[in-house]
Amino acid sequence: MDRLALDIAHLFAGGLVLVSFMLLYQDRMFGLLNIFALHALVVSLSVAWQAYIQEAPHLYITAAIALVVKAFVIPVALHRIIVRLGIHRTIEPVVGIGQTMLAGIGLVALSIMVMLPITAEAGTLAREDLAFALSVILLGLLMMVSRRNAVSQVIGFMSIENGLILAATGAKGMPLVVEISVAFSILVALIVIGIFLFRIRERFDTVDVHELDRFRGEQP
Amino acid sequence: MELILDALVQFGEITLVLVLAPLLTGYVRKVKARLLRRQGPPLLQPYRDLARLIRKEVVLAHNASWVFRAAPYIVFAATWVAAGLVPTFASGLVVSYAADMIAIVALLGSARFMLALAGLDVGTSFGGIGSSREMMIASLAEPAMLMVVFTLSLLAGSTQLSSIAAFMQGPDVGLRVSLALALSGIIMVAIAENARIPVDNPATHLELTMVHEAMILEYSGRHLALIEAASFLKLLLYVSVIACVFAPWGVAVSGAGLGAYLVGVVAYVAKLAVGGLLLAVFETAIAKMRVFRVPDFLGAALMLGFLAALLLFVTRAH
Repeated sequence: MDRLALDIAHLFAGGLVLVSFMLLYQDRMFGLLNIFALHALVVSLSVAWQAYIQEAPHLYITAAIALVVKAFVIPVALHRIIVRLGIHRTIEPVVGIGQTMLAGIGLVALSIMVMLPITAEAGTLAREDLAFALSVILLGLLMMVSRRNAVSQVIGFMSIENGLILAATGAKGMPLVVEISVAFSILVALIVIGIFLFRIRERFDTVDVHELDRFRGEQP
Repeated sequence: MELILDALVQFGEITLVLVLAPLLTGYVRKVKARLLRRQGPPLLQPYRDLARLIRKEVVLAHNASWVFRAAPYIVFAATWVAAGLVPTFASGLVVSYAADMIAIVALLGSARFMLALAGLDVGTSFGGIGSSREMMIASLAEPAMLMVVFTLSLLAGSTQLSSIAAFMQGPDVGLRVSLALALSGIIMVAIAENARIPVDNPATHLELTMVHEAMILEYSGRHLALIEAASFLKLLLYVSVIACVFAPWGVAVSGAGLGAYLVGVVAYVAKLAVGGLLLAVFETAIAKMRVFRVPDFLGAALMLGFLAALLLFVTRAH
């Protein structure tokens, strides 16, 4: 494997971290959906490149699933849900965007610090992929805790799944059956979350999850 | 002999940036106007503006101090020296060993400091608003620029632009995420520093939105000419730095023949043309953001710089 192949894999994985930051930066709902589609596109490109350099044809199927389901079906479905529900289209973060981004940088630094020492024996490609994948997962979690709006929490959840795919393909030999079951569970999750969104909206006239806290009596 | 030749090349660079700077601004204005299907001012209009302003008399406010009168000269001199330090068409300049990228950032920082002082000096409210906003932008843009500089220097093992350009032409570069991040970061900083559209509108005098224009509202005559020339030079400087680091093709090395220098000049003008075109298209395509969004925008640039430096430690794990 020559250096260029490694560099391109590195570029895609690093690009995924960057798109995760763009998700954190975005404050409009439809812009968020477009960037999530971009996130899925970068994942599928990265997986396809891994399939090419590892000569593992089943990874192409993984890439295709990521492309079709996460870059087209889920954004379009969420788009329609948002239009149907008439949700307020700006996103209010819990803390300011600047602080969230700083926390995100801290998380990336953390995952690099954690991953590089413990994977010292693994190949270069797997090490970098694991470090980047952990960053994407942590950034997705950060997105879920730093947004009040249920739709952006869903996007954060989906971006975590993209990070998991990146980790699984970087470490060689993820069986296809795992990927198919994960993809289906994501679709099921989307349906469940969709129903959930409709229910919250019906009950509270908003998708701000802080209403749930008030309903449970945890906040005045 | 060698030294004299190098000094001549350095002199040529310093003259060239001064000659080309108004042309670049005129070109960007022309392209923007054409994109909006307007005729636009002629390409040489900035030269005429400068010539006219120099001939006009200076009107000073009653309570203007020496700071107000000295600031234009200092701003212009610092910016011009900084622009002359960038290897535009030839690398290995005489003074490039004394002055690296950090010196360029520092020169621009002192120019900005003087301009902000001058904005405060007369005591009008516009000048105060402009200065405080400029400082808010600077407090984020300068660290972002420095992070980009650190990333490049870590990669190339040197803070000098000539060595960085030589490294970028060499075989060791490859495709690196850090470079892509550094490029996006430096472009965002350049947009903010030159008061271009998403951050500030260079063509407006609408008081609620202006930053740079508010600081220089009290200037007239030759003082205004100097400040305008400095802002043209600053735009040229950022385009040159980006071209020198990220598109270093065609730059003549020290001691090359006359032909190589000619190729270098032609390549440099072509790079400026491409950079100006991209800037004009970008500015036409995007809307100006609210002043209170600017910290987010520059925070993103700072974050890109940080991320670029961080990812260097993952790359290929030397």
